[in-house]
Amino acid sequence: MLLQVEGLRKSFGRRVAVDDVTFSIDVGEVVGFLGPNGAGKTTTMRMIAGYLEPDEGTAKIFNIDVAQDRRRAQERVGYLPEGAPLYGEMTPWTFLRFIAETRGMTTDSARHAVIRAAHDTQLGEAIGRPIETLSKGYRRRVGLAAALVHDPMLLILDEPTDGLDPNQRQSVRDLIRRLGAERGVILSTHSLEEVEAVCTRAIVINKGKMVADAKPADLVAEHGDLDAAFRTLTGGEEGL
Amino acid sequence: MKSLVAVYRREILSYLTTPLAYVFVAVFLIAVGTFTFQVGGFFQQGRADLAAFFAFHPWLFIVFMPAIAMRLWSDEARSGAIELLLTLPAPTWSLVLGKFLAAWSVAGAALVLTFPLWITVNYLGSPDNAAIFVGYGASFLMAGAYIAIGAALSALTSTQVVAFVLAVLVCFVATAAGLPLVLDFLKGAIGGGMAEGIGSLSILHHFDAAQRGVIELRSLVYFLSLIALALAGSMLAVDARRGG
Repeated sequence: MLLQVEGLRKSFGRRVAVDDVTFSIDVGEVVGFLGPNGAGKTTTMRMIAGYLEPDEGTAKIFNIDVAQDRRRAQERVGYLPEGAPLYGEMTPWTFLRFIAETRGMTTDSARHAVIRAAHDTQLGEAIGRPIETLSKGYRRRVGLAAALVHDPMLLILDEPTDGLDPNQRQSVRDLIRRLGAERGVILSTHSLEEVEAVCTRAIVINKGKMVADAKPADLVAEHGDLDAAFRTLTGGEEGL
Repeated sequence: MKSLVAVYRREILSYLTTPLAYVFVAVFLIAVGTFTFQVGGFFQQGRADLAAFFAFHPWLFIVFMPAIAMRLWSDEARSGAIELLLTLPAPTWSLVLGKFLAAWSVAGAALVLTFPLWITVNYLGSPDNAAIFVGYGASFLMAGAYIAIGAALSALTSTQVVAFVLAVLVCFVATAAGLPLVLDFLKGAIGGGMAEGIGSLSILHHFDAAQRGVIELRSLVYFLSLIALALAGSMLAVDARRGG
């Protein structure tokens, strides 16, 4: 099993952000995390990526416990944080080299890895320009390339298409679909059409708890469409 | 080790591609010059040494070293890039050390660029160059201590200005505890023994001896321990983020 998450729990102060989340992922699966803002999607992803330590429960990547053996687990994960933070003054080339070398690659293998990741994400000529001068779409690709540079088996992408225009969104989706064929992917999104377009499975989270784990088609069959499924499962809009 | 080198190189690149390092070095050199010649009376003293130059270093460093250290961690937290950094399989110490060494290198470069002063005293007379060398070494070590303190405080906040103000405050207290004025006050308040103890732990106490050209092993150990302690503090602060 690529990823096994069991009883994951995390609170901040008295607020329980993630409450007993359990699921697993195999190679070839693209799992969409759905849920309202503040439902616990990002916190769950951060715990799997080894950025936050869970209060309870485990996340195991190829049976390596992230909390126990963090660095060995992180070697197998590529992570795109929400909003894809980057170092604006660097070019994609120097930035990706930095990521690859901080991951422990030698200068030579880092260079090859960056060329491959830049090719996979179609960075093209943008690779030599300062990141702060690039369009949002290209910056997102740089973030994706950084998550891909070490060719990980598990990709965790926090809102990979958020804030992109329809063309950019389409190309990022195509990329995710391509990457997901031989890896495992978890992505969080607000877009239900995205789940239908790229995900093989949808996990719905509400108030820190998992409320559904099913194929998008099954959710549609049960509730009519994904919109209705989302509203029913997450309790609809609370009073304004 | 590879991650340390990568982090070091990135930080140096970041200092060089933003105006920060240039502005820092330029303003530092102007300040050093002003204090040495105007306030310190370099020419009036009529001695071929750099005492007037070194005497102001602790007080200048209190402001300048926090200024280069303030962005090290707070900027990562503000931009969210810290999430990127902490999800890389690199040991925390390599990140902490890489950042610290980069900032320390910028401080070292600023010190090296004061070489015209050294040429001047050698032109005007025949100074004890070994003593000057020791003075520079002590000054560099002291800069490292201030930067390590600044880096640790930078890891506690996501606002550069807050990191800067806190670091100036801590550096000032750690330095001024060695001033005769403060020592006299402390002797009255808590007794001679305690006051002596606090004074001998101050940065000023250890730098004063070294700037006269004698570096004692004690002082060397003192500065290195201070750096190590502050770096350990950085590590704790960075790792504490994982706890949420």
